[in-house]
Amino acid sequence: MEILNLEGAEDTPKIILDKGNEIYEISGRSLPEDSAEFYQPVLDWIEEYNSSPNAETEFVFKLEYFNTASSKLILDVLSALEDVEGCKIIWYFHEDDEDMEEAGEEFSELVEIPFEFKTY
Amino acid sequence: MKYIYELHKSMVNHDLILVYEGEFTQEITKSVLSMAERNMDSSGEESAIKRKVFNVMVECLQNVVRHADQLNNNPNHNAVFMIGKHDEQYTIISGNPIKDEFISIVKDKIDEINTLDRDGLKQLYKNIIKTTEISEKGGAGLGFVDMARKSGQKLEYDFEKMENGYSFFSLKSCIKRQ
Repeated sequence: MEILNLEGAEDTPKIILDKGNEIYEISGRSLPEDSAEFYQPVLDWIEEYNSSPNAETEFVFKLEYFNTASSKLILDVLSALEDVEGCKIIWYFHEDDEDMEEAGEEFSELVEIPFEFKTY
Repeated sequence: MKYIYELHKSMVNHDLILVYEGEFTQEITKSVLSMAERNMDSSGEESAIKRKVFNVMVECLQNVVRHADQLNNNPNHNAVFMIGKHDEQYTIISGNPIKDEFISIVKDKIDEINTLDRDGLKQLYKNIIKTTEISEKGGAGLGFVDMARKSGQKLEYDFEKMENGYSFFSLKSCIKRQ
């Protein structure tokens, strides 16, 4: 399966989705002008991945900041991951960033996937 | 040339560290954000405060960007964005013309948000995000709620009558500097 690898920019996150090496990570800042367009390749990738996923999928979110339009798309990504068997979310937040911790908790309440919280 | 000094004095009197007037785009948003970040970095602002200011700035600026297309090329219809840095708080301010017919929608939305406490805002946010779709303009309908949550303060607003069925919508969020 093809690797999705997007370089981060000042308004878009770095994304690596690599089935072969079992790396699934979205990190950095997310405030694209068009969040729906930006996240579409991620949703497409997950859909294809779900046809034959690895036994375990540890999907990492390590976001420094995301805007509200991105939060809707992050929820869409999480909803897509709900269907992936053996999927778990690793939600990173900076140790003094209560808002990012709370955002992760809220997402965990909105979808049926196990979340693990880690600080950096 | 007296207006230059007047403008300068006005900015100083209102503790404004940045004022931008003109067209609003994603590129302008990025530039304004990076200027404001540099200012906070150089003054050694606490990272928790910086994050909140950044957060509110993004929602505020992108609100203006997304709703700027209803304006024509009249320079009186440009928008304005400013940041105030006071001893006790930052103020994030935007001002842009809106059609009079949208006033009550915007007003009702902010009034509702201003009645809610922390938990009420959290609940409203979750209710909206579960059902919302990204609009044609790219918004999720969560901007005001998020600004209220992150700032921890009521949103202040005003509508000044302009002409031809437009009013100037001013919005102010405050972030305490503890």
